[in-house]
Parts: sequence; C-alpha cells; structure tokens
Amino acid sequence: MVRQELQKLAVYAFFLAILLIPMLGFRSASFEPDRALKIWGVFVGILILNFIVKAVRGGRAAVEAHKEPWTERTRERISRIPRLYTIGGLALLAAVYPLMANNYMIDVGITCLIYVSLGLGLNIVVGLCGLLDLGYIAFYAVGAYTYSLLNLTFGVSFWAALPMGVVLGMVCGCIIGYPTLKMRGDYLAIVTLGFGEIVRLVLNNWDSLTAGPNGLFGMKRPTLYYPSFADGGFSWVAYYLKSLPALYYLILIIVVLTIVGVRRLDNSRIGRAWIAIREDETAAELSGVPTTWNKLLAYALGAAFASVAGAFFAAKLSYTNPNFFLFMESCIVLCIVVLGGVGSIPGIVVAGFVLIAVPEIFRGLENYRMLAFGAIMTIMMVVKPEGLIPASRRKRELHATDPHPHEESDGRDR
Amino acid sequence: MAVTAKSILELTDVHTYYDNIHALKGISLSIPEGDIACLIGANGAGKSTTLLTISGVQPAEKGEIRFRGEPIQHLRPEQVAGKGVAQTPEGRQIFPRMTTFENLEMGAFLRKDKAAVAEDLEWVFSLFPVLKERAGQLGGTLSGGEQQMLAIGRSLMSRPALLLLDEPSLGLAPKLVERIFKTLLEINQKGTTIFLVEQNAHMALNISRTGYVMETGRIVLTDRASALLENEQVKKAYLGE
Amino acid sequence: MDLTALLLQQMVNAIFLGSIYALIALGYTMVYGIIELINFAHGELFTAGAFIGVIVLSALQQAGWVESHFVLTLIIVFGLAMAYVAVLGVAVEHVAYKPLRNSSRLSALLSALGMSIFLSNGMMLSQGVSDRAYPQVFGLQAIEILGARITKGQIFIILLAIALMVALQLFVHRTRLGKAMRATAQNRTMARMLGIDIDQTIRITFMIGPALGAAAGVMVGLFYGAVRFDMGFIFMIKAFAAAILGGIGSIPGAMLGGLIIGVIEVGWAAFLPSAWKDVTTFTVLILVLYLKPSGLLGESVSEVRV
Repeated sequence: MVRQELQKLAVYAFFLAILLIPMLGFRSASFEPDRALKIWGVFVGILILNFIVKAVRGGRAAVEAHKEPWTERTRERISRIPRLYTIGGLALLAAVYPLMANNYMIDVGITCLIYVSLGLGLNIVVGLCGLLDLGYIAFYAVGAYTYSLLNLTFGVSFWAALPMGVVLGMVCGCIIGYPTLKMRGDYLAIVTLGFGEIVRLVLNNWDSLTAGPNGLFGMKRPTLYYPSFADGGFSWVAYYLKSLPALYYLILIIVVLTIVGVRRLDNSRIGRAWIAIREDETAAELSGVPTTWNKLLAYALGAAFASVAGAFFAAKLSYTNPNFFLFMESCIVLCIVVLGGVGSIPGIVVAGFVLIAVPEIFRGLENYRMLAFGAIMTIMMVVKPEGLIPASRRKRELHATDPHPHEESDGRDR
Repeated sequence: MAVTAKSILELTDVHTYYDNIHALKGISLSIPEGDIACLIGANGAGKSTTLLTISGVQPAEKGEIRFRGEPIQHLRPEQVAGKGVAQTPEGRQIFPRMTTFENLEMGAFLRKDKAAVAEDLEWVFSLFPVLKERAGQLGGTLSGGEQQMLAIGRSLMSRPALLLLDEPSLGLAPKLVERIFKTLLEINQKGTTIFLVEQNAHMALNISRTGYVMETGRIVLTDRASALLENEQVKKAYLGE
Repeated sequence: MDLTALLLQQMVNAIFLGSIYALIALGYTMVYGIIELINFAHGELFTAGAFIGVIVLSALQQAGWVESHFVLTLIIVFGLAMAYVAVLGVAVEHVAYKPLRNSSRLSALLSALGMSIFLSNGMMLSQGVSDRAYPQVFGLQAIEILGARITKGQIFIILLAIALMVALQLFVHRTRLGKAMRATAQNRTMARMLGIDIDQTIRITFMIGPALGAAAGVMVGLFYGAVRFDMGFIFMIKAFAAAILGGIGSIPGAMLGGLIIGVIEVGWAAFLPSAWKDVTTFTVLILVLYLKPSGLLGESVSEVRV
C-alpha cells in the first residue's frame, strides 16, 4: 500500500516537473531552470510532508485505533481554552495594533481587513450556499463606484451612501443571481465570470459617467460627527477620518460586524437552508426549502458585504478606477476562502492575513504572489480540500465521496 | 450441492460497501464452467451489486474473487474485462450516440483478431437479425427490446468466457423475454458460462442449472435450479405461487 | 469599397476569427464531454502554444529558414507548439484534475481555476508582461476578390483550421481510440466494463484538445503579430461562449458556435462601437446559458456529440 502511494507520488512529482520546469525555466528563449527547480522542490516537499503525515496517521490509526490524530488533539486542546479569552485577546491585539505599528504596517493591516471582509462575504455564496462565484469583485466595484459617484455628483456623505450602495449591490446580486438559479456549478462559474467582466468593461467604457480608465478621484473621506456647544448653540461638527489609524478602526468595526453577521446567518434558519442547498439542492427543495429565494438571498447578502467593503475602499483611497476590479481580484478573494477552509470564518480571517500580508512583507515575492495563489488553490484541493481551519460541517463533503479509488461515481447515461 | 465440474468463478466471503451501506455481507458462491447459474432475490437484496463487484466496478472491501483460479478482486473493470468476463448491466447501458454497429464494435474493443471478430459479428446478427437491420441507427433510438439484444450482442462481441447478465427481462414484453432466454441457451451451448441475475425467477430458474437466492446482502439458499423451483419457500416468495 | 466588398471582407474576417474560436472551443468541448469539467487552464495552454510558436519561429527566422524552407518552418513551428502543449495538457490533467476525479465538482473547479492562474502567472514570469512580437512571415501581399482583400496568411490559417477540424472528426469517428473516447464520454462505467482504459482515454483527450488550442495560439500570433501572457483569458471566454452556444460536448457544435461568435464579433466591430464588442460576447454567453443551456446542437439525438 505504501509502495503504491509512493509510486503515485513519484508520478505526480514527475508531471509537476513537466509542468513547472519549462513554464518557469524559460526566460524568453534562454533556459534557466534553477528557479523552476526551487519551486518544484517546494511543491514536492509539501507533497512528501502530506504523505508522511498521512502515513504516520494511518500507521498510528492501525496501532491505536481509537486515539485521535495529533491535529484533532491540538484542536481539542485549543478549544479547551475558553473562547472568550481567545477572542478577547485577538480583539485586544487588533485594537492596539495601530498604536504599535507604523503607517505602512497600518496600511497593510487595512488592506488585509478589506480582503477579510470580502472573503467573509464571498464565503456566504461559495462556502455556505455552494455557488461558485468568479465575478464577486464586481460587487466591490458597485460599492466603490456608488459611493464615488454619489459623493462627487451630489455630495452625499459616506454614511448616507453606504445603505444606497448596499441596496444597489443587493440588486446587482439578484440580477446576476436570477438567471443563474437553475444552472449547474460550472456554468454558474462562467456566467458570474462574464458578469464580473461586463461590470468592469462598462465602468471602463462609459466615459461620461465613470470617467473610463482614468477613474474617479476627490471623494470625501468618511466622517464622524460630534456635538459642539461652541458659541452657546448646539451643532454637529464633521470630523473626517483621514488618518490611517482612524480608517483602520473603521474597517475593523466593519469586519467585526461582518463576522457577527455571517456567524448569525450561519447558525440561523437561512444558514441551514443554504447548507441544505449546498449539500443537495433537489433534496432541499423537496423538503420545502425555498431554494430560489434562498439562493438569491445568498447572492444579495454576499454582494451587500462586498459593496460595503468597496465603499470603504473608495473612501479610503479617495480614488477608484476600473482596473482595481480585475478578474484576478476575484481569484484572490476566492483563494482566501479556499485556503482558509470553505465555510470557516476563523480560517478566512487567518487566510486573509496570510495571503495579503505575507507578499507585502516579503516584497521580493510580490511577482510570485499570483503564481503562488494559483498553486495554493490546486495543491490545496488535491492535498487538503477542507482548508487550513476546516469548518467542521464542510470536511466530509470536499473529500472523496467514497473510499474506493477505482470507483466511478456515476453510471452516466445521457 | 455437489460441484463436479471445475468452477470458472468463485467468490469467497465477499463484502462490498456503497458509501456506508454494507451491501454485500459475505457472499460465497461457485459457478462451474459451462453452466448457467442464476441469482434471484427481491429488490435491493444486492444482486446487481454482486455482479458489479465481480466486474470491479464496485470493488470488494473484503474477501476473494477468483476467475479461473486467479484472484481478480483487486483488478479494475477494464482489467476484469480483459480476463474474459463480460457484463450486460442493468438498464442495458447502450452508448446512445453511437450506431448499433459501433456499439457492437466497442464490445470487441480489446480484441485484435479481426477475422474472428467479423465471424462473431455474423453470429450476433444471426442470433438477433433485427440488429443487422438497425446497424446504422443510433443506439439511443432503438426500442427497449432492441437495446437489450444489442447489449447482449455487445457483450458477446468480446467472446467472453463468462457472461454476467443483469435483468435481461426488465421492461420487456413476455414474448420477447422468452426469445431472449432461448437465445441465452443457444449462447451457453457455444461454451459461454452465464451468470444471470433476475427478478423473473421462474424464467431464470427454468434455464439455469444452479440457483442462488439472495436476501439483504446474503445468499440464503443454494441448490440445483430444478430443486429451487420445487422449494416451498422459494415458490411462496419469488414464484408467486 | 462598395457594400458587397465590405460584406465579403467582413465575412472572411468572421470566418477567420470563427475558426480560431472553434479550434479553442474544441478543447473545452472535448474535455467537458469526457470528464464534465471546464478546463479553466485551457486558455493558458492556448497562450503557451503561442509562446512556443514565437520562440521557435524567431529562432528559425534567425537561422534564415523562413526564406529557405518556408513550408518546413511552418510545420516545425506548429508541430513543436502542438506537441509541447499536448504534453503540458497531460501534465495539467495529472496534477490538477486526476486526483480529484472522485471529489466534489467545486473542488475540481477550484483546482482547475488554480491551474489557470498558476500557468498564466508562470508565463508572465518567464515571458514578461509586455507584448512579444511575432515575426511576420506571410507578408502583406493580398489577393483581391470582388474588392475584398484577403491575405495569404488568412487563407493559410483558415485552411489549416479546417484541416485540423476534419482530422479531428475523422479521428473521433474512424479510429479505435476515437471511438473509445466517444464511448467514455457517453457512458463511462460501461466503457470500462468493455475494457476501455479510462485514464488513457482521458489523457489522450487532454493531449488533443490543448494541441488544437496551441495551433490556434500560433495562428493568433501569426495574424495579429504579437502574443501576451494574459491573452488566453479573453479568448477563453469567447471560445467557451462558442462551445456553449454550439452545445457543450458536441464537436460540430463547437465549430458552429465558433463561427457564430466570430460573425457576431466582427459584425459588431464593423458597424457598432468596438469598445463594447467584448460586452456583447459576454452577454451572448449569458443569454445562451440562460435561455438554451444545451446549446444549438446539444440536445438532438443525431451523430453530433463526442
């Protein structure tokens, strides 16, 4: 059995080499394979590690059949630490972070938090409802442009534009969601991808409204109002959240609210309906779950969270242009969801920070960022489809549906 | 039961799981070379699973399957087919967008002896003349009976030593069923061992020499087919008498 | 230019573009037919073909082969690009799809998407972010038919595309392996019970489809004069639209769909603001998926599907 697995591993490593070495080894027409070999080494290392972990687990399972593997035990140990302390500690860390960090680090923190909130929103659609959305970034764009246009044309404030952006985002979510209701997973992926591109192209081409590729700038920052009793009278004074720490706290609050919202949704009747749809749509429908309504709701809510993040993004930069909303951005968000563990909130938070902050910290790796994202997605699906911090419910679904390696799941007859 | 002839297929304590369902709970049986054997039982007893396990489609978790003395339980379906085991599965599984002729050709996929294949094709056409008329027609457009004949014909095209047949009578008019069973006898006379799974117990036992009765994943009764036809229990449960 | 000439000119352009889309679409359709998975990495394989083409062609041009052995040069360029991408296709299948054959559809899709991102960025790293110029080997010499100008390059590309499609059709219908492919696509379990090695069949599909895509990549490079690491994306969506429009899984469908998308695109660019032509293609894709997901040739029970 071990021998067979090793053989499989060797073949896999061989094909990986075929894939990697020419793809990365050629510099235009000259051949410099060392870089490719390094990356290949990393991949094979991961695979071997995975193999060893599996073998050790398997071996141990054979010896002491009812003892849990070490990860389970660690997780159990972690879960024994009162959750309040863990969450409290993290909250404290997040709260004091701007006091310890320089502006650059705070800026990175803000970017991470934006992506975390996007990841959490996409998690509703992909993780909970099981609909693969490749155009998610379009809703982010909707939020950003809604605020930008409202602010620039009518002088609407951030807080007033936010609900409008959310509503518009939800409407767009439904527009995209509606035609895709009856579609199968892979068609859905393509359609959402198409929608995402349409939104970007419209933003790019509709010069008179969106200023095309030049983008919009000069939007006001979000404001806070505080009462003032100066001159004996009472009035509200606007305070613009211009400093990075202030913006950091704002997005932190948005993320915390998003986490609370998504958690409550997950554990609600709606959340269970989504999971039922994800597991088996026909069965869900037959058991009386209104699938149409619930899928639309997933799209709409996912879009709403992205829209909020988008509005914040535009307000923070005071600038936006269509090239912020490329397909690659959708892929990054999707990668966060996948790496973290589809459906797992703590996983997405961790993955958001890892995937966004690590390439920022190691600047030299920036060029390799998307390469790594792609590789992570594939390797994760092959090695550990449930993600780094799996959502318990999700674990079973993503692994092979049956234990027999030769079995084909279908007796297709079309 | 006295096994006199050398057995072509032998199952020993075979267990199969469908996901978490324990579908076969220790099947043991032995089919002598040149015989017609049948497996009868109610819906969901595990008859089809038995055949799929033999073919390697639903691999056995435990136990041993020997074909001509050689263990085959670890082989993949295409390898089992290569050994000389053909299956006509439930629901016929015709390739709908290939012609009748191409379907038959696929049956001989593993064979290299072109002349013998042509001979077998003529033989199949002589067994089922209607297939010759329909040779250019797409499999998906044939009637149920024609599809069943095509499915059997396709299996024969591999010139199998052992033919596994799952419910050949399903959904067919009684007259057609009779014809198909008659043909099965003819096929058997040419030296092909047949293992038949049937709901139509009466028909099946009539042409078989050995019969097995299956209930919820186990074989509960094994005897000569003629004896099973007289068995009170079998009569009551499966023959509707 | 009078109207007939204009129409004829646009028709030639449409056929040209359509046959390229069709070649790419065939890769999607074949893979989808056999494992029911969208090969997201197909656009990148197409681009890889274009890059191999430019590398080989540049080298041969420097060696002076374009002048001395023109036909042989073309054969080598297309042959190497197709062969390399065929190997790459098998590698992609083995690394990203095979381990997930029994997993959920979502895992397989994500894995495919990861492969696509990986390949596109790998090409960016190795070939650079800017356009790579393709040596112009056909020259600008054109033939005039009823006032429409058709270049030699266009004629060659259209003829080659047609030849490849005919060859594919013959392969699928006349050869043992081609028939095994169709059988596998139609009923995998039964195909296995007849002795067909599924792994091998899938591998072959992952050689032929990407090889056709690579040929299209070289054609695009030859015609437009440049390649870029991310050009696969837009071609992927259009070719996918073509595959869906024709009915995914159907080889003639992919050809028909490619032609229709080509006509739509050329027609739009000729008479309407061309900045919006991609929006139109995406809209067509979405409308087809919504209104007739089985495509034009998808449902009919005639000899049309793989």
